[in-house]
This record gives sequence, structure tokens and C-alpha cells, in this order.
Amino acid sequence: MTAKQLANKIKRKFKGIISDIHEFRGELTLEVSDSSQISEVCRYAKEELGFDYLVDLCTIDNDDDTPRWTAVYHIYGYGHLQHLRLKTSVSEEDSEFPTVTTVWRTANWHEREAYDMMGIRFTGHPDLRRILMWEGYPYYPLRKDFPLEGKPSEMPDVAFTDPIPLEGGPFVTLAGGEDAAAREPRVRKTE
Amino acid sequence: MDELQDVQGEKMTLNMGPSHPATHGVLRLSLELDGEIIVKAVPEVGYLHRGDEKIAENMTYSQFLPYTDRLDYLAPLSNNVAYALAVEKLLGVDSKLPERCQYIRVICCELARISAHLLGLGAYAMDVGALTVFLHTFNEREKIYNLIEALTGARLTTSYTRIGGLSRDLPEGWTDELAKFNKEILHAISEADQLLTRNKIFLDRTKDVGIISKEEAIDFGLSGPNLRGSNIEYDIRKAQPYLVYDQLDFDIPYGEVGDCYDRYLIRMEEMRQSVRILDQCLANLPTGPISIDDGKIVLPNKQKVLSSMEELIHQFMLVTQGQNAPVGEIYFGAENPKGELGFYINSKGGGVPYRMKIRAPSFVNLSILEHMLPGHMMSDIVAILGSLDFVMGECDR
Repeated sequence: MTAKQLANKIKRKFKGIISDIHEFRGELTLEVSDSSQISEVCRYAKEELGFDYLVDLCTIDNDDDTPRWTAVYHIYGYGHLQHLRLKTSVSEEDSEFPTVTTVWRTANWHEREAYDMMGIRFTGHPDLRRILMWEGYPYYPLRKDFPLEGKPSEMPDVAFTDPIPLEGGPFVTLAGGEDAAAREPRVRKTE
Repeated sequence: MDELQDVQGEKMTLNMGPSHPATHGVLRLSLELDGEIIVKAVPEVGYLHRGDEKIAENMTYSQFLPYTDRLDYLAPLSNNVAYALAVEKLLGVDSKLPERCQYIRVICCELARISAHLLGLGAYAMDVGALTVFLHTFNEREKIYNLIEALTGARLTTSYTRIGGLSRDLPEGWTDELAKFNKEILHAISEADQLLTRNKIFLDRTKDVGIISKEEAIDFGLSGPNLRGSNIEYDIRKAQPYLVYDQLDFDIPYGEVGDCYDRYLIRMEEMRQSVRILDQCLANLPTGPISIDDGKIVLPNKQKVLSSMEELIHQFMLVTQGQNAPVGEIYFGAENPKGELGFYINSKGGGVPYRMKIRAPSFVNLSILEHMLPGHMMSDIVAILGSLDFVMGECDR
């Protein structure tokens, strides 16, 4: 079974909520337009089509585009050795995806990291709490509106958490700037 | 007697804190113990979180390369190779890599694999009590570090690969040194083997400890030797070959039971297979260029930059703006010593990625601890942690 055939099977089973299959660099991506059904799509992929391995669960902050959050599921099957990518989006007002921990238990930590970094909740997750940052950290660091140098925050038992000293400029390269001044600003403020 | 009745069944909370000699880095385990038996184990990670993914959104692809050294800092060359391959896949030039570059990258990956397994096994043996093995394996690692230093200039933070090729070619006499090392490492592996494999104490500590069933291994997303220990014959180098692995002849060891002893044996055998791959690479190493000949991807020759206009422009564009990636997204997973290191790069065009997710094998491998540890005794924790062979730098990014 090729990846194309498997993707077509998903498309036929979930008519209406799956967009066209997009191919880039030999990889197939399926867009699921209804994020509340992503758990059913994943269950079908695992149980009927043999995608038993969730390689990665990633979330993207689309900044000013709506819907704001996109979840990307990379799935793979040890039987047929095919990769597939499922993408689904949700708006900022909702900020909730159904969990897929009931389908693949490895999603547990991936979803916790998505919650920690982006602030997206996963309904039905057995233990949704922060994983990389400490409990009680008030911000969601990987969002586009969170500055690179960090924000000061209170940490009860530790001396201080200040933004990192950037010594006059972030010395970063920003995407998309047309001229060098926009691309590598001397001092970059996010808001 | 009544006091004894009260105490029995009472759980003790023990913190195996982030700073512990046997936790292989900064891992915190909150344990609930009933006497010696673990009832609940909650791993806490994130003590080494440095925000690599946030940083990647602010760097060009070439500027991010040194951060990949620091992911799995025991095998930095393999992280460099995996990252370079991921970006080259995004740019669509992975099929244009010269043969010599591919062979040298395979040599780097396999050297990194031997180095990482030597450390993993040495530290594991030391944790369960066999202190001598640690010294033997670290002696061999010194030889690897000498080789890597001659090749890249640094022992640990190599940053050797570049997008589209390598930073420099092999130095004079390096292949002879590597051939000499190949002979010596087999002897060292067999020494460690003689000390551990049929050692009664080691067997008692690792046999039937930390059993991961086949279904659990797949469901929890394990990869690398941890997956292969549970009777799954799967290796990315064979299933989805990259570089020149499809032209090389090597075997994949896989276990039957899925206990710590199986994972130990797999790592030992993987080292021998890596030596086999290194021998084949040395025998077949072609001559030729080490980077793609495309001014839009690889920095041009410095002499030409100083004298010719086209090369000057290419140099300027690459340094200031980075390689112009197309709009799109890719995922590339490589067989790292710890498991499957994957890079998911979402690009909106230009030289800076919009989102980069690093799929760290150690992060996923650690998630099984909460499920696996309850029921074991406290001293088994050390054996299990060592057999999972994780690196916190990779786990936390």
C-alpha cells in the first residue's frame, strides 16, 4: 500500500472534512478541516490503516492568520512503512483540540509540551500540565507574541527570572525583511 | 506490634532529584515507594530547556547549526548530519549531494554512534556497579575525540556539516588513523563484553528488569535500540535509507524479551556493526567535491568571492539572508544513536524557518518511565534509566 492509497482511504472515509492531498518533497499532507474530529481520523488511521506509530505531534502559531493554532500529526506504520502528515487548525477563541492519547499513548507528553509552549488545551488528556517549564509559569513561550529574550516572572524558590541581557540588540535574523535594516534590527521589540 | 501495623502499607515519597549521579543528566523522578517497591514514578524534565525551537525561528538555517551540536551532546556529529539532511530535503537538493560528502557523513554518523554507545554502556555499567568498564570505554572515546578534533577542530561542539556539504575535507592521514582505530575498538568492545555479558551480577541486575512489550514500545513511540530490544526489527537506515546506507552491508541487531539486558546487547552489537560500516566506507571512499556546486546554497570559494562579482553576490546573500527555502514543510528523521531524531521544518519562504520542531528521541523514550517503573524495586531504577540511554540535552532542547 502506498502512502497515496492510504491517504485516499482516509479521504474517502471522512468525506467532507478532508481537503485535497498535498504533496511536497515526496511527503503527503492531509488537511482536516474539522478539528473536533481529528481524534476519529487518527483512530481510523491507527486501527484500520495500520499507522501504529505517532512520530511527532507539533503545534504551530499562525500569528495573525486565522485560525491561529495548527496541530501537525506525523504518523507512520511499521507494517507498510509509509509516512503521512495530518494537519488541523483551531481558532484562538477555542484553543482546544481533542486528545489522541487514547489512540497513541506517546501523544501524552507531546500534548503536554504543546500545552506548555503554546497554551493549547487538549480535551480528554489525562494529565495536562506543564512539562518543560515549571508549574505556575504564567506565559506560553513559543507563541509569536512572546519575545525571544523572555519576560520577567515570579519563581517562588529561585532568586530571579529576568529577561536575558541582549547587550544592545537581539542579533537575530528575522524572516521576510526586504532590506537589511528590517531583517537584522539593532534592537527588536515585539510589542 | 501496633506501630508496625501502622507503618506497613504507608507510602514514602522519595525525590530522586535533578542532581543525581545515576540519572544521566538533570532528570527528576518523584517516587512513591512502598518499602522497596515503586508504586508511582513521575519523571520531571525541563531542567535543561534552552528554548532551541524559539531560537530557530530567529536564525537562518546555517546560523542554527551550532545549536544542533548541543542537542545530543554525546554524538554531536550525528545531530549535525541529521539537521543538514533535513534542510537539504526542504531545499530539494538532497539528491545532489556529492558521493564523497555522503560517505564522509556516514563515517561521522557511525563514529558518533560508537562514541555514544561507548559512553552509554560505560555509564550504565558504572551505575550498576562495574566501575572498570567505564574506564575502558572512555579510553576508547578519547581516541574518537582525537579523530573528531583532527577532522572538525573541536571535540564536542563540532558543527561540521554545512547546508549542502561539509565545512572541510578529511585531513591528511585521517583515514589511516581511522583504520587503526577500527582495529583497536573491536578489541575494546570484546573486553567490555568479557567483563559484562556473562557476569552473574550484571545478569541478575539486568535480566528481566524493565521489560517493554512490543505493543508498548510501538504505542509509546520508542525508537532506536529501545524499540529494537522489544523484538521489532526496524532501523531507519534500512527502512528509509538516507545518504549511502542502502549501498552498505550491515545487520540490525534486535532483541527478544525487551528487558535491560537485551538493550545492552543490542548496543554492543550495534557498535560492531558500526565498525563494519566504517570499514566499508573507508574501502569505498570516493574522491571528489565535498559540497554541492551551487552558489545559492553553499558559500563559494573565498578567492573567487574576492575577485568575481557573481560569487560576491552569492556570499553576501547567503550570509545575510540565508538559503532561500521554498514555502512548504518537511519532516526528516534520522537514525541517531539514541533513536529517531527528527526535524519538522515549516517554512514560509526565505532564509529563516517559520517553525522548527525537533523530535527528540530521548523526550519520547522517557515518557515510558511513568508506565514502566511501578512494580520494580528501587535499585532497578538505575538499571532501567541506564538501559533507556537518554540524554537530557536532547530531551529538553
